[in-house]
Amino acid sequence: MAEFNLPANSRIQEGKHHRDSSNGRLRKVRVYRWEPDSGENPRLDTYEVDMDACGPMVLDVLIRIKNHIDSTLTFRRSCREGICGSCAMNIDGSNALACTRSCEEIKGDINIYPLPHMSVVKDLVPDLNNFYAQYASIKPWLQADSAAPDAERLQSEEDRAKLDGLYECILCACCSTSCPSYWWNSDRYLGPAALLQAYRWIADSRDDATGERLDELDDAFKLYRCHTIMNCTNACPKGLNPAKAIAEIKKTIVARK
Amino acid sequence: MNLRHPLARVKGLGASGEGSHHWWLQRVTAIALVPLSLWFVFSIVGHIGDDHAAALAWVGQPGVALMLMLFLGFMLYHAQLGVQVVLEDYVHSEPVKLALMLIVKGLALVAGLGGILAVLRVAL
Repeated sequence: MAEFNLPANSRIQEGKHHRDSSNGRLRKVRVYRWEPDSGENPRLDTYEVDMDACGPMVLDVLIRIKNHIDSTLTFRRSCREGICGSCAMNIDGSNALACTRSCEEIKGDINIYPLPHMSVVKDLVPDLNNFYAQYASIKPWLQADSAAPDAERLQSEEDRAKLDGLYECILCACCSTSCPSYWWNSDRYLGPAALLQAYRWIADSRDDATGERLDELDDAFKLYRCHTIMNCTNACPKGLNPAKAIAEIKKTIVARK
Repeated sequence: MNLRHPLARVKGLGASGEGSHHWWLQRVTAIALVPLSLWFVFSIVGHIGDDHAAALAWVGQPGVALMLMLFLGFMLYHAQLGVQVVLEDYVHSEPVKLALMLIVKGLALVAGLGGILAVLRVAL
């Protein structure tokens, strides 16, 4: 039942100290490092980064470290403008996209960890296989019973407006990995990201599988582990409200009773 | 080592189809308990210092006996629904979870029936 020992590799030790080669405004950045092949516990490396030599965002700092200070640092990034969701990580104690989080907003040292309570592949890269499988399990595509029309499936402006606040989700996993219910039961609870996506298709007037979608979610674990803690809504870097989407699913299931 | 595909693991045994029932009853009992709890607390405060005979006479009134039984039923039903959520959240060993669930629900049933029997003994 209760586990009193921390899992393997939970204790983080003090790591190495690196200093930028140029001499501008130096800022201390502390980064979680773990190499699966080393057999050692994770460590917290300290980098003194020249803020005059790099851009304003946390991702700029990480790229500065990777290119000029320590090329062994591993992290995911792609679009650097908050639309791909690759660089989600725990920055200054909360989940965010490194590319849209400004260093100036952070007081003191910048502490960077991988997304909480996920298996770590290396350094700041979490294992998202389960997260993506949960997204696949809600069948994130249009299911229509009627024959495909010659042109688009039409939707009124009002019906289209119901998808606002849902379609913008970029699946960065900031919300799900900030949710305590997801931490304790991610094997069975779908988590706020997959549930917001599920509601995106439930709310779509062109989708005919609403009943099946609701059947699939009517489960004590898949949906009802949500206890409206609201961490998801606080964490979302796109300003979306997964907690509200989950509440709408619960209301819809009661409405058809 | 788990060689199953992540999607197969997520789908698992499928949806039980029971979560919404639990969720709905938890809300219904919560709303019913707002007036019932207020009535219970104010009534008990109003009878502080009563002797045994006065307490028996109070419980013996048909309206009071009915309210007491309703309060007991709703309160214990709501409580065991809540404890069930806590066990599902935090107990990850299936046999331990099942045992604790049966104990909690059994205790709630015994306490509820016992309480209602006690009120009826006084009232009838």
